[in-house]
Amino acid sequence: MTDVMHSFDLFAPASIEEAAKLLDKHGKEAWIIAGGKDSFDWFKDRHKRPSAVIDITGLKKLHGVSDKGDYIAIGALSTLSEIEESSVLKKNFPLLVEAAGRVASPQIRNAGTLGGNVAQDTRCTYYRDGFPCYRAGGNTCYANTPTAMNREHALFDAVRCVAVTPSDTGPVLVALEAEMVISRNGKTRTVSAEKFFIGPAIDITRMTVLEKGDILTEIRLPKKWAGAKQYFEKVADREAWDFALVNIAMVAKVSGGKVSDVRMACGGVQCTPRRLTNVESLMKGEKVGSEMETLAKRVAARGAKALNYNHFKIPLMGSLAARAVRSLA
Amino acid sequence: MAFRLVGKDFTPPDIHAKVTGKAKYAEDFRADGMVFVKTLPSPMPHAEVKSIDVSKAKKMPGVVGVLLPSEVKQPKDAGHAILTSYPVFVGQPIMAIAATTEQQAEDAIEAVKVDLKPLPFCIDPLDSLKPGGPNANKGGNVANRRKIKLQEIKWTGKDFALAGDDQMPMGKEAFGWSFGDIDAGFKKAKVVVEKSFVSAANAHHALEPRSAAAYWENGKCTVWGSTQSSSFAVPSLAKYIGISPAKLNFVSEYCGGGFGGKAYSYPIMALPALMSKKLNGRPVMMRVSREEEFFNGSARAGFQGWVKIGFDGKGKVVALDSYVVQDNGSTSGFWDFQNFGMASSVILQPKAMRFRGVPVLTNTPPKGAQRGPGENQTANILEPLLDDAARQLKMDRLDLRLANTPGGGQGGKIGPKQAPLTSAYLKEGLEQAAKKFGYADRIKKSGKQDNGKIRSVGIGQAYHAAGYNGWDGMVRITPDGKLHVHTGVGNLGTYSYASTSRVAAEVLGYNWDNVVIERGGTLKAMPFVIGQFGSNTSFTMTRTNYAAGMAAKQKLLEIGANMMGGKAGDYKLDNEKVVAKKGGKSVTFAQAAKQAIKLGGKYDGHELDKDLKGLTKLAAKQITGTGLVAAAKDKIPKKGVVPALAAAFIEIELDPETGKVEVLDYMGVADVGQVLHPQGLDAQIRGSAVMGFGLAAMERYVYDPEYGRPNAKGLYQAKPPTYLDVPAKLGSHAVTGANDPQNPVGAKGVGEPIQGAASSAYLSAVSEAMGGHLFNRVPVVADMIVNALAKQPQSHKPLQTNCQ
Repeated sequence: MTDVMHSFDLFAPASIEEAAKLLDKHGKEAWIIAGGKDSFDWFKDRHKRPSAVIDITGLKKLHGVSDKGDYIAIGALSTLSEIEESSVLKKNFPLLVEAAGRVASPQIRNAGTLGGNVAQDTRCTYYRDGFPCYRAGGNTCYANTPTAMNREHALFDAVRCVAVTPSDTGPVLVALEAEMVISRNGKTRTVSAEKFFIGPAIDITRMTVLEKGDILTEIRLPKKWAGAKQYFEKVADREAWDFALVNIAMVAKVSGGKVSDVRMACGGVQCTPRRLTNVESLMKGEKVGSEMETLAKRVAARGAKALNYNHFKIPLMGSLAARAVRSLA
Repeated sequence: MAFRLVGKDFTPPDIHAKVTGKAKYAEDFRADGMVFVKTLPSPMPHAEVKSIDVSKAKKMPGVVGVLLPSEVKQPKDAGHAILTSYPVFVGQPIMAIAATTEQQAEDAIEAVKVDLKPLPFCIDPLDSLKPGGPNANKGGNVANRRKIKLQEIKWTGKDFALAGDDQMPMGKEAFGWSFGDIDAGFKKAKVVVEKSFVSAANAHHALEPRSAAAYWENGKCTVWGSTQSSSFAVPSLAKYIGISPAKLNFVSEYCGGGFGGKAYSYPIMALPALMSKKLNGRPVMMRVSREEEFFNGSARAGFQGWVKIGFDGKGKVVALDSYVVQDNGSTSGFWDFQNFGMASSVILQPKAMRFRGVPVLTNTPPKGAQRGPGENQTANILEPLLDDAARQLKMDRLDLRLANTPGGGQGGKIGPKQAPLTSAYLKEGLEQAAKKFGYADRIKKSGKQDNGKIRSVGIGQAYHAAGYNGWDGMVRITPDGKLHVHTGVGNLGTYSYASTSRVAAEVLGYNWDNVVIERGGTLKAMPFVIGQFGSNTSFTMTRTNYAAGMAAKQKLLEIGANMMGGKAGDYKLDNEKVVAKKGGKSVTFAQAAKQAIKLGGKYDGHELDKDLKGLTKLAAKQITGTGLVAAAKDKIPKKGVVPALAAAFIEIELDPETGKVEVLDYMGVADVGQVLHPQGLDAQIRGSAVMGFGLAAMERYVYDPEYGRPNAKGLYQAKPPTYLDVPAKLGSHAVTGANDPQNPVGAKGVGEPIQGAASSAYLSAVSEAMGGHLFNRVPVVADMIVNALAKQPQSHKPLQTNCQ
């Protein structure tokens, strides 16, 4: 509302070690920013007021895309524009290039990072408006009333919270079986993209496994899917500066006209990128063609529980799954 | 008429500053000792303030002043308050605090304790009309700034029951008119189209929020403000501040978008001045955030309505009946609903017609005029229905429009009195644009699927009144020979302040390089003119500048006679000289200006025409004695209503799997008579097409009925179109041979209907792509298309509003 941020101390550590120290020192009051595109909204609205903001964009090691042989390593601070322009990624994982290029607007992509895109908070209008909902630490969901405006909300797994993942690159990383490298107090751990995103049943106040003190440092894309058939599509109201109503990412291996392996995930339909395992399983070992398209369309949104105004996402998911299948022909 | 300046491209003098960023908008000004003011917004949609405790806030660091609603003049009835103890919408400012820094002001606002008593609120007008339904204002539920006082109107249970499910109920109206025999018309109609409809509200979302700043010095108040209308804003702003216009120094050099939402002054513009007064004149800056702009700005009124149109076998409209319930917002609003009647009567030229309506208050931000207020909603509803009638009559969709729309110059009529239109060439516009667009070929492929996508063609038309008379112009020739065109026209982005000023230069035969436009504030001596709204500037201000130019010409000729002997009639103007028709003796305009100062009296502004507006006389005094001063009232005869008319053709591609619509090609056509500035007109046509596509299909206005709070305040939520949502090329055309006979250069405006033409063409094309499916609802967002094509029910109830 105000467009006037609260007061905070701004730190710009020059190394991961320094950053870790700051995170440790400030504990719950610490807040990491990189591109700042998600954070500044929170600050300007004064709905989040950390007293210590740690700008990690100076951590040079966390920038850039490199081929590590078995995998491609992407520094978490690589901007979405850098992802769009990376020749290594264009060659190996064009669907990530495409997804990065559909995030927000060109200006935002110049500042926004891949790490930020996957770690960003949900865009539920009630939550972002400062309602003291479950996700904000309160004791109700304001978007779960008989007349709530749920057009952008979840079809699946809405456990006390109906918010969805807003990320365009998240479903891609899930499809690609990406590994997320997380640093904490000098130690690193690796989490699969699928486990990186968490739903309200695990922790209603977070969207990812990242906790205070964690720094997402790198995203690793195993070469397993390099050169496979890849598909990404995003449906949004606008062609720029808009979150997906539904997006879809698919990687598939086809030999002899048959699908040998496939992974497919949708964003915008639940709190985490949703694996379309129904579709994957019907595709495996089967011949690509119109029957596969029809069946993919039929089962893509199976189990969906529509809220007010969002049942359009059901046929939309079906159509996107069918189009992904069609792209294999 | 051959012109030297009118109708030619030129570079408006402020462009360089805009492009380089040197242009100063209200928010860019700073002054020594400036403090910042922030307001406390109402968290409730309808409430009474029981108490405001500022004790803690006053002690906060940097706080210098507090302004309470009790210290501000309160409006009557459903007026729009500057600060209020009776908030009628979420976000309405209750009180304000000034502090040394903006952050301190906001910190202090957070320390204010307000005790609010919540009151029942209303988001949907039909809810308020129900027996026992909530009133959005304690004084009633119906009001409008045009002809309708605050009152209570409730419909009966029977009114609602008679309508049946999902049909528009129609109880007692607050306004209405008719002409002709509609019953007889419907009886002889071959096809009757009858539909209930909804047209959503949408916020103006001007890129520049309505920031303002002010200070006082020697009893005079200076205000930097953002407005479309430089001179017309002065008296109303002075009134908000509580001073006479003579005591106001108003600066409004640039305006980052208004679209009607900054038509002239507005309550919050006065807040810095009122705070500054309390601080003994210390400069006060109010920077308005994007979200505050949503609340303190305004929105287009929403409609819930019903229309019934009878067509004869040739597609001619023989009868039209209509009813509009307007979502009036929380204040007296604007008369969009009344314009439904006027616009329908112009575009369809029906033989008989009735219009009824009721403007209902809701606890949403104030509704105000937005580009084509009412007329563009009308276009969006009517144009797809014209397609429907054409399909039923097995007629070409263009032919049906040509059978109705006014053309041929004279003969067009408007409204209940069937008053004459000054000129109308929309029929010719449709014909000329159809050729340019290649309609005949494209229509053959329209509605057909190609490569999984459906291509279709849409046609739109729209109207808005476009001109007034009786306002003032003023020019001055200084002793250096320069012509100064003083204009009160605001810099709202159309460059009309410049293109209309060129008429004075044209009349006097000036070289454009020797002309200075004086604009952007009271210090520039602005003649008093009506505001830059309603597409009127081109018509109205070419007349005022023509009048001023002619007055200057007469003075020059008289001075020529004074200096060189003989009579004024013995002289002519040529190349910035007064030249004797015989013998060739001459004096330069510079010499004439010096002589004007010597002569004084009527020549240098000491004596002024009694017919001039008071503020024009005040402005003239500022420049009296500085050259040849010519201030003149436009007394050129005018009869009838000036119509701004526009049409559009569009080709789209609809993806039936995702509901996405891509605009492939567009051609907007404007019936503007003599074009003043070709590049300006082209930009106007293309820009309004972009805005029109947003109105038709993208921009969202959503209120949660449980909390009475908006869900789409920010630009990323409300979704005006971006560059990437429109094609790189958008076509434009001005109807040729269409001069308006009641304008001295043949010009009239088109700013508003050209948006309605674009939006209605878009909707016409979407309907065509979906096999003639009628949503009867605007905007048509992607989920509606997906649901319709999946043959599943829509999410909204048929008459539900504020939900998309």
